[in-house]
Amino acid sequence: MTQRGSCLQEENKTAQFEAIALPHFDAAYNLARWLVRDDHDAEDVVQEAYLRAFRFFGGYRGGDSRSWLLTIVRNTCYTWLQQNRSRELSEPIDDKLDEVGISTENPETILLQTVDAQLVRQALEELPIEFREVLIMREMEDLSYKQISTIGDLPIGTVMSRLARGRKRLRELLASSMRKEALD
Amino acid sequence: MICQESRNLIHPYLDGELDLVRSLEIEAHLKDCQTCAQAYNELRSLHSAVSDTAMRFKPPAALRNRVRSAVRNEGGVMNRSLRLSWRWIIPAVSLAVLVIVALSLLALLSRPSTNDLKAQEIVSSHVRSLMEKHLTDVPSSDQHTVKPWFDGRLDFSPPVKDLASAGFSLVGGRLDYIGNRPVAALVYQHRQHYINVFVWPSTGASDASGRAFVRQGYNLINWSNSGMNYWAISDLNLAELQQFVQLLQKDSAAVRFQIRMSNNAREDHFSVSNLCTESTAHET
Repeated sequence: MTQRGSCLQEENKTAQFEAIALPHFDAAYNLARWLVRDDHDAEDVVQEAYLRAFRFFGGYRGGDSRSWLLTIVRNTCYTWLQQNRSRELSEPIDDKLDEVGISTENPETILLQTVDAQLVRQALEELPIEFREVLIMREMEDLSYKQISTIGDLPIGTVMSRLARGRKRLRELLASSMRKEALD
Repeated sequence: MICQESRNLIHPYLDGELDLVRSLEIEAHLKDCQTCAQAYNELRSLHSAVSDTAMRFKPPAALRNRVRSAVRNEGGVMNRSLRLSWRWIIPAVSLAVLVIVALSLLALLSRPSTNDLKAQEIVSSHVRSLMEKHLTDVPSSDQHTVKPWFDGRLDFSPPVKDLASAGFSLVGGRLDYIGNRPVAALVYQHRQHYINVFVWPSTGASDASGRAFVRQGYNLINWSNSGMNYWAISDLNLAELQQFVQLLQKDSAAVRFQIRMSNNAREDHFSVSNLCTESTAHET
């Protein structure tokens, strides 16, 4: 009886976990892939993240399941990067630096409609991870500042300034790669 | 609205994070100011380029199943052990008892590894707090600002002391997460060195004698008293960190302070002279 009871309980837990965590599978993979920048590594990280999430599932108290899962995915990515490619994390950006705003000094407009998706992808991959992650979460996953601040464990003000600086850098990277293309 | 203001607000405006009044102000400004309007359009096209679904990475079809079965395996570990037939129960139980006895003996003989794990977690948190420029959530050298800040954020109230007079100035406090629970992190500075003190309610008995660890070049001291568990970590040398810990402990009741090196190879018990004289007076 007790054997059957705990079997059922365990099956229940797995089913509950799947119902809550699997709908965010695409988002989890996308975030992991953008953070570790490699197909195979992203697959390993996602699997590890789901196993971790399953172990921590007892601590999940309902609420925003996507933020809960993506927090674990992001942490797993950082742990993985620290262990395997710590150089990518070794130069933290300075959040106090004031480069917030929009560049109006450069009148050249980029017509992004005409930009090759490949170029945008390349430019995004070149961004430092701190900017890359907030951009991915905001633009691709459509997460709010509040959610990004929870997932990234950052103050909202930092989320806002990293987004602004990230966009500015992305724009500059794109402009320069487009100029290069035009020359070729 | 002036351009400077609009430049600060244009991102939250684009992201739909502004309140109605501010949004209307920005809209009005964008109608009037061509430079800002152009910048806004650029941001919008940047947004649509990045948010395009072509930009997303799709997981390979097999991965979902792989992850699923990994999770089920993990969940099934307990099941399978429960399905053992009766024939195996008695040997299994005796084996389990043997293993438990052996393990407890081992645990008695060697340093408990939970402390090592905890120490590792403490080091990671310390390093992270310095790395991400995210040292404090509440930057303040006033203990009466830092202590109340934790109210409502934690289910306990950590003791906060300012030791500036002794050269250890309070920098602020931070919420952190250690051992699957939210904890208070108090940040002190001594010359150029930062000290993180992690505090959470302890479950075990009070043990004011400190244990010192060395991990990745950082010195750690762990102790507990008055129902709280403490970990202090810094790149300070051990002697100065000890001095700091003594100051923190100073007017608490349990003051016997001993440092034991966690390295199994050398385990020297030495007590700190001035504290010991104090402690003998207090000790029951």
